Amino acid sequence: MTKKEELYLYTLRLGDNALILSHRLSQLCSKGPILEEDLALTNIALDLLGRAQALLKYAGEIEGKNRSEDDLAYRREEKNYYNLLLTEQPNKDFAHVIARQLFISTFEFFLFQELEKSADTTLSAIAGKTIKEVKYHLQHASDWTIRLGDGTKESHDRMQSAINDLWMYTGELFEMNGIDLDLLTQGIAVDTIPLQKKWRDCINSVLNEATLFVPKDTYMQTGSINGVHSEHLGHILAEMQYLQRAYPDAKW
Amino acid sequence: MKTEDNQLDLWEVFIQSKSGLPHIHSGSVHASDVKMAMQNARDIYTRRGEGTSIWVVPSKAIKASNPDDNDMLFDPSNDKIYRHPTFYIMPEGAKNI
Repeated sequence: MTKKEELYLYTLRLGDNALILSHRLSQLCSKGPILEEDLALTNIALDLLGRAQALLKYAGEIEGKNRSEDDLAYRREEKNYYNLLLTEQPNKDFAHVIARQLFISTFEFFLFQELEKSADTTLSAIAGKTIKEVKYHLQHASDWTIRLGDGTKESHDRMQSAINDLWMYTGELFEMNGIDLDLLTQGIAVDTIPLQKKWRDCINSVLNEATLFVPKDTYMQTGSINGVHSEHLGHILAEMQYLQRAYPDAKW
Repeated sequence: MKTEDNQLDLWEVFIQSKSGLPHIHSGSVHASDVKMAMQNARDIYTRRGEGTSIWVVPSKAIKASNPDDNDMLFDPSNDKIYRHPTFYIMPEGAKNI
C-alpha cells in the first residue's frame, strides 16, 4: 500500500467515526427528554457532522479520484466504512446514548490532543478545532453519567446496564493495524496504546463518582478496522443513503 | 388549558455580547442545577458567537414589579424638564451610554 493510500484510509476512518455517530445522534432530533437536551444532542451531532465533512473532504483530496465529501459519505458500500462499532450502536434509551458518548468523547479528548501534534498539517488543524468541541461533549456526557448513576434507582440501573452493554465495544478504540504503525513512524498517526491507560483512569473516576461499577473485562468486539460491522450499520446506511440512491446528484 | 411545567426548574439567562457591555436578558432554560442551567444556556443561546459571558439566575429569585404600580414607578414626569439630561452635549467618542 502506498503512503497516499494509507493516509486516505486513516483519514477516512476518522471521518467515518464522526459521520456515523453524528447520524445516530441526529436520529434523536425532536425526541430528547426536554427541549434543552434535545438541542444539546443535536448540537453535538452538528459538531460531528462538521468534523466528518472536513475529514471526508480531505480524504477525497488525498485519494485524488475527484470524489467529494458527499460522494464518500453517501456512495460507499457497507464494507468500505471504517467507523468504530461503538458509534453505530443504537439509541436504546437515554442512558445508552450517554454511555456511548462518554466512552467516545473520553477517547477523542485524548486522541485529538495527540493528533494536533501530527506531522500532517491538515489533520493537525482539524484536530485543533475538534478538541474544543470534544471538551464540551465530554463534560456533557460526564455530567449526565454522574447525574443518572447517582440519581434514582431506575436511572442508576439503566446507566449501569448501558455501561455493561457497551463495554465490549471499547477495546476497538485502541486498535491499530499496519496503516497506523506505518503512519506512526512518519509522525502522522496517533499511538493509541498510551491512550488506553489515560482513558481507563478517566472512565474509572467518572463511574466512581456516579456510584457505578466498572465492568469486568470481557470479550472485546472487533472488526470495523477491516470494514466488518454489527448489523446496525446497514440500517443506518439504508436511511442515510436513501436520497442519493433514489435521486442521484439531487440538488436543493 | 394550562399544562403544568414538569420540566425541571426554570432559570433566566443573561448574555453579554461584548466585554464591557451589560448582560442582557435572552430568555429562559429548564435545568435541575446551576451547572446544567449553564450548559443548557450555552447550547440554546450562544452557539453562533452571540456572547462572551453568560449569567444564569433561578427564575424564582427574581422579584417582578406589579403592573398596578406602573403609574407610581414609571411616570417619566415630562413636565419636570430638569430630570432629563437634555442640556448637555454628548462628548464625541462616548459610547454605550
